[in-house]
Amino acid sequence: MVGLSANTELLRKILVGFVRDEVHKVGVKKAVLGLSGGIDSALVVFIAAEALGPENVHAICMPYKTSNPESEAHARLVAQACGVNFSVVPITAMVDAYFEMFADADNMRRGNKMARERMTILFDHSALHRALVLGTSNKTELLLGYGTLFGDMASALNPIGDLYKSHVWQLSEAMGVPSEVIEKKPSADLWAGQTDEEELGFSYRQVDELLYRMVDLRLTREELIAAGFSAEFIDTIYKKVQNSHFKRRLPVIAKVSNRTIDRDFRYSRDWGK
Amino acid sequence: MDFTAVLAQIKPKLGCVADNLALIEERIEEAKKAGADLIVFPELALTGYFLKDLVPEVARPLDSPEIRRLVELSRDISIAVGFVEESSDYRFFNSALYLEDGAIRHQHRKVYLPTYGLFDEQRYLARGERFRAFDTKFGRMGMLICEDMWHLSASYILAMDGATTLICLSSSPSRGIEGETLGSASAWQKLTATTAMFLNCRVLYCNRVGYEDGVNFWGGSEYVAPSGESMLRGNLLEEDAVSVEVDEGALRRERIFSPMLRDENLSVTMRELGRIERERGL
Repeated sequence: MVGLSANTELLRKILVGFVRDEVHKVGVKKAVLGLSGGIDSALVVFIAAEALGPENVHAICMPYKTSNPESEAHARLVAQACGVNFSVVPITAMVDAYFEMFADADNMRRGNKMARERMTILFDHSALHRALVLGTSNKTELLLGYGTLFGDMASALNPIGDLYKSHVWQLSEAMGVPSEVIEKKPSADLWAGQTDEEELGFSYRQVDELLYRMVDLRLTREELIAAGFSAEFIDTIYKKVQNSHFKRRLPVIAKVSNRTIDRDFRYSRDWGK
Repeated sequence: MDFTAVLAQIKPKLGCVADNLALIEERIEEAKKAGADLIVFPELALTGYFLKDLVPEVARPLDSPEIRRLVELSRDISIAVGFVEESSDYRFFNSALYLEDGAIRHQHRKVYLPTYGLFDEQRYLARGERFRAFDTKFGRMGMLICEDMWHLSASYILAMDGATTLICLSSSPSRGIEGETLGSASAWQKLTATTAMFLNCRVLYCNRVGYEDGVNFWGGSEYVAPSGESMLRGNLLEEDAVSVEVDEGALRRERIFSPMLRDENLSVTMRELGRIERERGL
């Protein structure tokens, strides 16, 4: 179980450098991000504050009426701890106005709508502050597809998208994220008492150990079983990664020309930067 | 002879030839002022690394104004620099030039184009076909471009061809955050040290820094003595200009202490490689 320990000093240097370099090279000084009160966005705001200076970072807490009040308190605590600009933009009015038309919508539709509502606010503030939107999805969530496409998965730059949740915990501790936020149970906070691990049916530590071996080390199914993972767990996770792959790709384009975007028209995004 | 080399650990802008030329000129000017004899730039210093479909746009023939300008600048200081070369038959090479006294002393086209993992070079670039040592004011040298060095035969050929200095121009991305040091940095450090030690050659390794689409290049340019000892290493992940004093005496002493290269039997190697080639039916 050695793979998931990270050299936090090195990681910090690479990720802080990433935010600074990728923000500055597009001619912008600022970043904006949603601060939920959870650990992922807390870590990203700490990285951004160090990279850009806290005065150049705008953290926005966007609670819905069923969000746990503790979440907003934690978001505020995190913003104070790293000194960034903090504001609260509740999304209850917009979300409720919409679901008045669709009263029977289930929790998934409501959760996705909230995530996308928050996205529109962040991108609006991106224009307001001339700031890039920072993503806060970690590698575990991205691989499992545990996020809303064009919602919380939307961003201009994501400093922690190659970090498993286990790495997020380690780096958060090293960077001084308040311990209340590190120690609490991860939650999408769609309703009080919800936790990710209960909803997913396994713990992040368990799935990180599996994903690391499956994805990063490319162990075969037989090798994973020999390493002590159950066949059922392996197959469930493999399917989750496979079935959510569309969320990690651009929309599919029907090819008719000689040069189709992203297929045979290939440029880095940092083209000319 | 003793000489001073600067390893210019720069951060090129992706696809911006004019900006990168200006940056290169600036670094040359500084090295000249500091009295350096040789300045080494990274792989693709003139263009940046993840070029993809930009390759034909940023490629330059040897008689282009940019290359002519660099050749001109080499009247005062020797220069090793990487760029995309466009040949007269419209192939594009990941190339390095060694410029000295206002002339191109040597041109190396990268032979081993990595096309796996995060690399995709062979999709966009043509492959070089040779490793040749060449004479400079500072002794006989050989040039390698990044992945070339991961093939033992490349450094071996250059050493057998008489090179006592191996210059490696690199754009090596950072990977591996588990250990004490960065994974790719420690792999490279082992490689340059072992290569120097095996072949009793000094290694001048120049790696770039900066980020391209989230991938960062780790720098850590270094001068490895023929004993395999790292004499000086540039900053990790930050721009740097690593100025090294290359000591001819150290090369002579190492070749007296550990005369492996003297004893290397080229005939045995050639005979056995010839046999392997025949047996493989190549």
